[in-house]
Amino acid sequence: MPEILASVLDGLLIGLVYGLAAIGLTLIFGVMDVVNLAHGAVIALGMFAVYFLFESGIHPYLGLVIVAAIGLAFGVFVYLIAVRPIIDGPPLMTLLATFSVSMVIIGVGTALWSTSPYNVDFPVKTLNLFGYTVTSARLVAALAAVLVTAFLYTFLYRTTLGKAVRAVANNREAAELMGIPSQQILALAFGIGTALAMLSGALIATLFPFTILSGGIYELKSFVASVLGGLGNPTGALFGGVILGLIEGAVAPFIKVSWTNVIEFVIFVLILLFFPTGLFGGRR
Amino acid sequence: MSRVILEVERVTKAFGGLLAVNDVSFQMHEGEILGLIGPNGAGKTTLFNLINGVYKPTKGHIRFRGEDITGLPPYEVVKKGLARTHQIVRPLNEMTVLENVVVGACFGADNLGLEPAARVAEEVLEFVGLADFHETLAGKLNLAQKKRLEVARALAAQPKLLLLDEVLAGLNPAEVERMLGVIRKIREQGISILMIEHIMQAIMSLSDRIVVLNFGQKLAEGTPEEVASDPRVIEAYLGDPEMAKKILEEEA
Amino acid sequence: MKLLSRPFFWLIVAVTLLYALLPYLGGNITLRETLVLSAIYIILAANLNLMIGYTGYVNFGSIVFFGLGGYLTLWLIASHHWGLYPAVLFAGLVTSLLAFLLGFGVLRLRGAYFALATIGINEAVKDFVANFEPWGGAEGIFLPFTAFKAMGGPAKALWTVYLLIVLVMGLSLLLTYLVKRSKFGLGLFAIREDEDAAMVLGVKTPLYKTLAYSLSAFLPAVAGGLYFFKNGSVIPDEAFNLHLSIEAIVMVMLGGQGTVTGSAVGAFLYERLRGLLLTLPGLSNFHLVIAGALLLLIILFAPGGLMGWLYRVWPRLRRVLE
Ligand SMILES: Nc1ncnc2c1ncn2[C@@H]1O[C@H](COP(=O)(O)OP(=O)(O)OP(=O)(O)O)[C@@H](O)[C@H]1O
Ligand SMILES: [Mg+2]
Repeated sequence: MPEILASVLDGLLIGLVYGLAAIGLTLIFGVMDVVNLAHGAVIALGMFAVYFLFESGIHPYLGLVIVAAIGLAFGVFVYLIAVRPIIDGPPLMTLLATFSVSMVIIGVGTALWSTSPYNVDFPVKTLNLFGYTVTSARLVAALAAVLVTAFLYTFLYRTTLGKAVRAVANNREAAELMGIPSQQILALAFGIGTALAMLSGALIATLFPFTILSGGIYELKSFVASVLGGLGNPTGALFGGVILGLIEGAVAPFIKVSWTNVIEFVIFVLILLFFPTGLFGGRR
Repeated sequence: MSRVILEVERVTKAFGGLLAVNDVSFQMHEGEILGLIGPNGAGKTTLFNLINGVYKPTKGHIRFRGEDITGLPPYEVVKKGLARTHQIVRPLNEMTVLENVVVGACFGADNLGLEPAARVAEEVLEFVGLADFHETLAGKLNLAQKKRLEVARALAAQPKLLLLDEVLAGLNPAEVERMLGVIRKIREQGISILMIEHIMQAIMSLSDRIVVLNFGQKLAEGTPEEVASDPRVIEAYLGDPEMAKKILEEEA
Repeated sequence: MKLLSRPFFWLIVAVTLLYALLPYLGGNITLRETLVLSAIYIILAANLNLMIGYTGYVNFGSIVFFGLGGYLTLWLIASHHWGLYPAVLFAGLVTSLLAFLLGFGVLRLRGAYFALATIGINEAVKDFVANFEPWGGAEGIFLPFTAFKAMGGPAKALWTVYLLIVLVMGLSLLLTYLVKRSKFGLGLFAIREDEDAAMVLGVKTPLYKTLAYSLSAFLPAVAGGLYFFKNGSVIPDEAFNLHLSIEAIVMVMLGGQGTVTGSAVGAFLYERLRGLLLTLPGLSNFHLVIAGALLLLIILFAPGGLMGWLYRVWPRLRRVLE
């Protein structure tokens, strides 16, 4: 019994990080109806960003701030190049455009860094939490995910800019009529979504070894989590991530790890089919 | 009186808490032109969507030529001989005008093959005055032409009953005249017409009878003269001064 | 439609014969191996075009059909001693049937939701197969050498399989051409343009979409069976390689979605380009980058692809090259 509880606790902590990644995905969808298929590649970029910052002597947790800034700038750049010109076209086009961005990132990443695993090798303590041992890295990653989410909510609900983002998400034309520069807001939202993805990647990199291809699996987890929570609903995405983490934790002691993916994808397809607006209701 | 072609019986449609159509009943007869009017948001388009199966009624029944068609999907309804146009035009943009109408003919009441459908489509395009635009991509037409394309596609389905949703809206007076001509010709072919229209003069002169909706409910029903002089109708439109004026002018 | 009087039909026949005879007459194995890849690409792109180009549904996971076909075929041959022909046919039919059943569910989803579900399906099947012991788990299935014996030894068998793959390629082009010129195809195009309007016009959209999805599964599954038979083995990562199905999208977009010629030319060019990049020193690592950049450029500047551009320059071409 204690074994499964420890495993569930681990799942909860990592689930918060999945949730953070999923918020990045769901935010972009919520604001501009674009499913960002570059999400996984960007997560991988976050992993490498924190790695190289660490190699140049910056502590991973300090590096997070820089990663977030890079993510924001990179997201705005991607938006301007690949998404903005076709934002009003058929959804198929933005899907393919963001996918092409992903191909470029992964291609460049593979060429530069090959596909062999990297590792952010910094000292990690094991802690005792309610009688269960967890690593400090996992705990910090979960806390960081929660903090970033709280920060995001403060931004969205307490600042003028954040309210503008929500207004555009709600109804772009109406927001424009109110004088909100919607294109800038869309770029910003894409930037924030990308920053969140990179941050989650950076946090994951403090836990596990990774390659440029590692983002893919977290992209899929982000899809599952955001679909669980209702695409476009950030709170739902966070809960979706937690649910996913808990499921992983709960089944981990009983089945081979590789089966968890099957379970997750089956859940994913079933949720899409039977609860297309998610368990908590989302935008459609 | 001729046979009943359409029977709407106590139909209700709720969107969440909003009763867009609330317990509406009426009948229409074969060969009739029935006008459906009411202020913006009265539930007219929703009623069309209920009749042709885009939405399923929350309550009530719809019978077409004696058969209960409540809840049938739209593609079944059109096969029974009930076609419609859209208030907001929905051309198949990247297909030619001819192809658009061929779709209507192929999948309509007669379930035609491609070649007979093409012949029907050509006739219909001639009929609505789009004969010169066969090869034009539908997305490239102007609004008046797109409205005629809507009518052409619906006609190509060989309907017994045609639902027209504001086919005159947004047209200039010359285009309105032209469309009115088309509608009269359709009726001459013996097709029954249920039409939504805001242009009072047109609907009053075309319709045999009129049903008035307000806030989802049926407010009045009768001949154009009866409806136009009904105080409840005038009051309903008073919230919409423009419309009230038009009705009063009509009476004068 | 009088098929035999259509120039485009003869064009398909000619291209197919060219693919079949060019390496066969000279006994040129290198050429054969190049062409087999491009034939497979054409098969994938042409069938994917039924969904993307005709119906307007982006199937990101179309490769799942190819992979399932491969697995079913090799499993039937290796474990149940079936012959190649019944095995590929059966694999094609079963895959198509599965797609039909699945289609009624997933095709209720539209746009991005559908696209995500197709990725999920491919990944779920891949992970399932990787854990499925009767199919060899992560090690996959190996064909015993005896499997080739029935076909006159490996060398002869490989030629036969090559010709069969080319045949499937020809059939894919023919199928997509016939669909395009049919009432069924017209219904699909109407769905692509505006699904709700199509439904109001009388197109039985749920059935049509599902049929298109199921149809787009058959020949790729057969091709998967042939391809992995030729390889002598099948493993999950190769069978359900999500990348290949994305590359298939690039091919369709490159050539021009919705056109038969476009899907074939796009696949052919993409294969050439890929081959070129793989052989050029220093560029071999960049083929993904270039494919990605290419896709982006097409989307931004030429969403109609090569054929869209050609049609604009010579509008009359539209009638000749479908
Ligand atoms: N799909 C829907 N979901 C929620 N509410 C809807 C939906 N469709 C219509 N409504 C609401 O139902 C009411 C009736 O709308 P409807 O379009 O039927 O009006 P209408 O009489 O056709 O108006 P108009 O003259 O402006 O075309 C409106 O309040 C509208 O907002
Ligand atoms: Mg209306």
